[in-house]
Amino acid sequence: MNRNWPLWEVFVRAKNGLSHRHVGSVHAADARMAIEAARDVYTRRMEGVSLWVVPSNAITASDPKEHADLFEPAEDKVYRHPTFYAIPDNVKNI
Amino acid sequence: MYTTELKERNQAVQGLSLEREDPERLAAFEARVAADDFIEPKDWMPEAYRKTLIRQISQHAHSEIVGMLPEGNWITRAPNLRRKAILLAKVQDEGGHGLYLYAAAETLGITREEMIEALHSGRAKYSTIFNYPTLTWADIGAIGWLVDGAAIMNQVPLQRTSYGPYARAMVRICKEESFHQRQGYEIMMTLANGTDAQKRMAQDALDRWWWPSLMMFGPPDENSPNTAQSVRWRIKRETNDELRQKFVDVTVPQADALGLVVPDPKLKWNEERGHYDFGDIDWDEFYAVVRGEGPVAKERMTARVKAWEDGKWVRDAAAAHAEKRGMRIAAE
Repeated sequence: MNRNWPLWEVFVRAKNGLSHRHVGSVHAADARMAIEAARDVYTRRMEGVSLWVVPSNAITASDPKEHADLFEPAEDKVYRHPTFYAIPDNVKNI
Repeated sequence: MYTTELKERNQAVQGLSLEREDPERLAAFEARVAADDFIEPKDWMPEAYRKTLIRQISQHAHSEIVGMLPEGNWITRAPNLRRKAILLAKVQDEGGHGLYLYAAAETLGITREEMIEALHSGRAKYSTIFNYPTLTWADIGAIGWLVDGAAIMNQVPLQRTSYGPYARAMVRICKEESFHQRQGYEIMMTLANGTDAQKRMAQDALDRWWWPSLMMFGPPDENSPNTAQSVRWRIKRETNDELRQKFVDVTVPQADALGLVVPDPKLKWNEERGHYDFGDIDWDEFYAVVRGEGPVAKERMTARVKAWEDGKWVRDAAAAHAEKRGMRIAAE
């Protein structure tokens, strides 16, 4: 028997109130072991209070080739930002 | 720790021609890199860039893992509990650094098993520094101070290397590495201020580790034909000789502060250059160690292979357990 352990992506919540953030990956046979490995590899210096591990093959990523289709439409829509609108200085609280 | 830029890598990469690459994509890639943009795993990249990175990152990872051996050698013989706890933490960090780097290399399409196999079969290289023995406790001080010091010098610019996963791994590593150097220097300070015998031990460690540490920066620039390419691709950000000079300049005053003597009669401050001049490095020794003729090269690989083989039943059992549980859950 010679089965390679699957890859897991590791997410750490630095402290309550913040979202989990991707920090790297580990190989492990199952989820429990992935948590234990992630704890040893990514939280040796109090980096977090909570861990998520997700099987890497469960993640669907966007393709860099679709970059233009996905992200360029946002570039010419500056009116989505508040600074697009000129409001006179004497108008307050807006 | 850092892997020495090895000749083997240059030869292999020279065989990879850029002429086969689509010129338009290549130009767009080079423009991105030149603008200090990061390249991420799914982005298009030239084959030579991918291969160079796989080699560099995996050699770097192997160096971290093999680097656990010379220091692990002293864990059970640390002089007191404080030193033992520190050394354990440091060796564990090296293991962690190896794992960050293996994971970064895997994003380029090589598997962990392929890399480990390449190391164990002797095809992959690791830093020559770990093929020297750790004879006394002072060597643990010298390694932290000099070897990790040289590693930091190498690694700091790599935090801005062009490949995103490598750069991110380096950021973590650099953050952790600074404690390694300081704990080593502290060991040296204690010995240098101790009894005559302890002071001699510290000097002896410096004598043995100084030159191998300078070799860690790799061959001189004129014998490093791919440096230009690697610098252009931001895989490397400074040349071997530039980094080596920087290391000498910061380390000599640290040796002076310890009251120890750097084993180089030609070492002299050059007012005009604003740098230390230093003696010639024995490159024959360097290449011999690269070829695997280092004092403890065989011992290192035997230890690695044994650890891997002795751990096989654990890996297999964990995989079997996961499989069985998976089937049980599927059946429910």
